[in-house]
Amino acid sequence: MALFDKHSFLEKHSSVLTVGILIVVAIGGLIEIAPLFYLKNTIEKVEGMRPYTPLELAGQKLYIREGCYVCHSQMVRPLRDEVERYGHYSLAAESMYDHPHQWGSKRTGPDLARLGGKYADTWHMDHMKDPRSVVPESVMPPYAFMIDRPLEYKNISDDMKALKLVGVPYTDKMIEVAEADLIAQSDPDSDWEDMVARYEELAGREGSVNVRAFDGDPSKVTEMDALIAYMQMLGTLVDFDKYEAEDLHNRR
Amino acid sequence: MTDKPNKDIDVHSGVETTGHEWDGIKELNNPLPRWWLYVWYATIAFSILWWILMPAWPALPGFQGNTQGYWKQSDRAQVAEEVGELQSARIENAQKLLNASLVDIEKTPELQQFALAMGESSFGDNCATCHGSGGTGSVGYPALADDVWLWGGSLDEIQETIAFGIRSTHDDTRYSEMPAFGRDGFISEEEIDDLVQKVLALSGKEFDPAAAARAEENFEMQCSSCHALDGKGDRLQGAPNLTDNEWLYGSSPAAIRETIYSARNSIMPHWNERLDEATIKALAVYVHTLGGGE
Repeated sequence: MALFDKHSFLEKHSSVLTVGILIVVAIGGLIEIAPLFYLKNTIEKVEGMRPYTPLELAGQKLYIREGCYVCHSQMVRPLRDEVERYGHYSLAAESMYDHPHQWGSKRTGPDLARLGGKYADTWHMDHMKDPRSVVPESVMPPYAFMIDRPLEYKNISDDMKALKLVGVPYTDKMIEVAEADLIAQSDPDSDWEDMVARYEELAGREGSVNVRAFDGDPSKVTEMDALIAYMQMLGTLVDFDKYEAEDLHNRR
Repeated sequence: MTDKPNKDIDVHSGVETTGHEWDGIKELNNPLPRWWLYVWYATIAFSILWWILMPAWPALPGFQGNTQGYWKQSDRAQVAEEVGELQSARIENAQKLLNASLVDIEKTPELQQFALAMGESSFGDNCATCHGSGGTGSVGYPALADDVWLWGGSLDEIQETIAFGIRSTHDDTRYSEMPAFGRDGFISEEEIDDLVQKVLALSGKEFDPAAAARAEENFEMQCSSCHALDGKGDRLQGAPNLTDNEWLYGSSPAAIRETIYSARNSIMPHWNERLDEATIKALAVYVHTLGGGE
């Protein structure tokens, strides 16, 4: 144990001790942090994932702004009861373009990971306006003010640029025409074909972009348009017909 | 420290000290409690065993998956197995539902019982959100417990509505579209006001006879192709009966005016992608038995 006897050297030379502490902490950090750089091999290989359209992205930002995640999770866990109620358990791949992800940890309300397409837009409108008009036992606060508030979207292409920096595969064209794309998605009478094509190309399949007046009024883009557009695509992207759960790579 | 030639033994306790001294105070060098030390060794041994038994290490770059562990434990495989067990527990009855016609399901007590139990639980999560628990409905969402049907109340018609929805995104959806007569400028504001009186008259409510009479021509030209000349509606187009005093969006003149002015055209999602066929059949039977099945 001669090494221990040399410890007094460290104790008496604080600069050497500091370097020693740094080395020890670095070893711990390396072991905890380095694997995160190889997260790619924990993300399942799936078909159909695409980044959010500008309108959906704006909706996600509103979802965060209003703190929806405080009461709603977006994570169907691999438990029988949850799969029975909500559908296929959530995959890591499904949140790979979420920054930040909205998994949540509290369910005062139901899980929303597979909400997309489950209810009609008009139901969402009624429900956001006055939750108890459709669900009498609900404790959710009303969000009626979002119906009239125009959506603030002048920063949307900057948001997309930032996401691109952290690995979301937006193309330059998508960022360039983000505002036009955002408006097009909420107006079925506009020229939305190019917008849909851009995002469906990344998805690798058709039918994953909804275009309609989500709040029933195509003339202006409101916060409600964005939020409903976001909610109506949640959990709808991955093509589970082609997902091989038994593949060794996808087992967890 | 043990190999130090001169062990410093504390005279009071007889325990070796660390040799550090602060103002005459010395630190005893007692060994760790044995039980604690052995538990610690055991946890180390356990962690090594656990690495071997359970999936533990992510793959190195360039390789796939992670170490599977001796037990090959996988939450995902486990849930697939559990759901499989559940399905095989249900499959016998579910298969009977699939094989039988809806009419037979409803007539056979055993099948009916199963369908109603299955239908009720599925209804609670998926349908009650709009139609209310027990199918009581609310403004904009049809009551399913009464005998008023927009698209038909037979078992087959209910099944089709559930499977494909109404104005849904499915190709086979039930579809019709009432024009927004006012918003899109088909008829004038005054003509709409008159039509409101005509609709009130049809449903046996108080109305202005002169206005209703003025609206006759417009009713025939604009409304009757779907709602029929006598106002009794047309189920093929989901056009409601205007004479039965049953109202989806309210019976006040203002509500009727809004319906004619902007149209409603509400949407029901299709469920054939979210629910399996046996569940949809069970739901059809459940809804059919709620009150007014035909």
